[in-house]
Amino acid sequence: MELTFYIAGAVAVLSTVLMLTRLRIVHTLLYLIVSLLGVAVVFYLLGAAFVAALEIIIYAGAIMVLFIFVMMMLNLGGAAAEMEKRWLSPGIWAGPVVLACILIMEVLYLVRGNSAGLGAGGVEPRQVGIALFGPYLIGVELASMLLLAGLVGAYHLGHRKVEKPETQHDADTDEGRAAAGGDLVLAGADRPTRTP
Amino acid sequence: MFSLGLTGLLVRRNLIFVLMSLEVMLNAAGMAFVVAGARWHQADGQVMFLFILAVAAAEVAVGLALVLEIYHRFRSLDVDELSEMRG
Repeated sequence: MELTFYIAGAVAVLSTVLMLTRLRIVHTLLYLIVSLLGVAVVFYLLGAAFVAALEIIIYAGAIMVLFIFVMMMLNLGGAAAEMEKRWLSPGIWAGPVVLACILIMEVLYLVRGNSAGLGAGGVEPRQVGIALFGPYLIGVELASMLLLAGLVGAYHLGHRKVEKPETQHDADTDEGRAAAGGDLVLAGADRPTRTP
Repeated sequence: MFSLGLTGLLVRRNLIFVLMSLEVMLNAAGMAFVVAGARWHQADGQVMFLFILAVAAAEVAVGLALVLEIYHRFRSLDVDELSEMRG
């Protein structure tokens, strides 16, 4: 039982180190996912199965999807297809696959043997929920406010382009030209003068 | 106790890929919380991990939006080039 814990921890640390030494961002993402999975297995072994599930769902699911999405948006271009062909060579995904296989075997072993994890007195999700909505209620509200702020901020940053349509000079608009009788110098002369 | 050493190892990664390293650091901090909670059989550790999860999600959303904006503006993601940005 201790051995599985050590193996999972070693996989997490090793994939983190490999992640930080890769050059391409895709390799980094692969190793980061494996690292998160390893940490999730460690949580499970510590008796925190609820947190392990959350780790996989939120980190390895949602946040990784965000990273991959942004990476795809930044990698648009003609050379992307060739790059993808090169990325799919076996030398690249062999490392993460081997590490992930170690984790999978470990989880299978844990599920087959009726073992309840390393921490015998692990904290149940029930206790977590009670603590979360008891003494930590303000923290929950603050977290929701933070998530809302993050949502609004991301939306604002993503849509700054269309937010401010530029004000056109009268000489560039048909109405202005018609009003000035085709004289471009006079176009816009009837606007109120602005004092700087 | 040995698990604390493990989390320490995870915390001390350096910041190369800034956002992802930030993820790893937050993850390591949350892991330290969970380990401490499991050590003393308290639910507080996992509660703090949930908060850290929320913080990481919000941070990543805003950070990636900023990355997109910066990339559209400067056509580059090199931190050294961006260091000329003033005001």
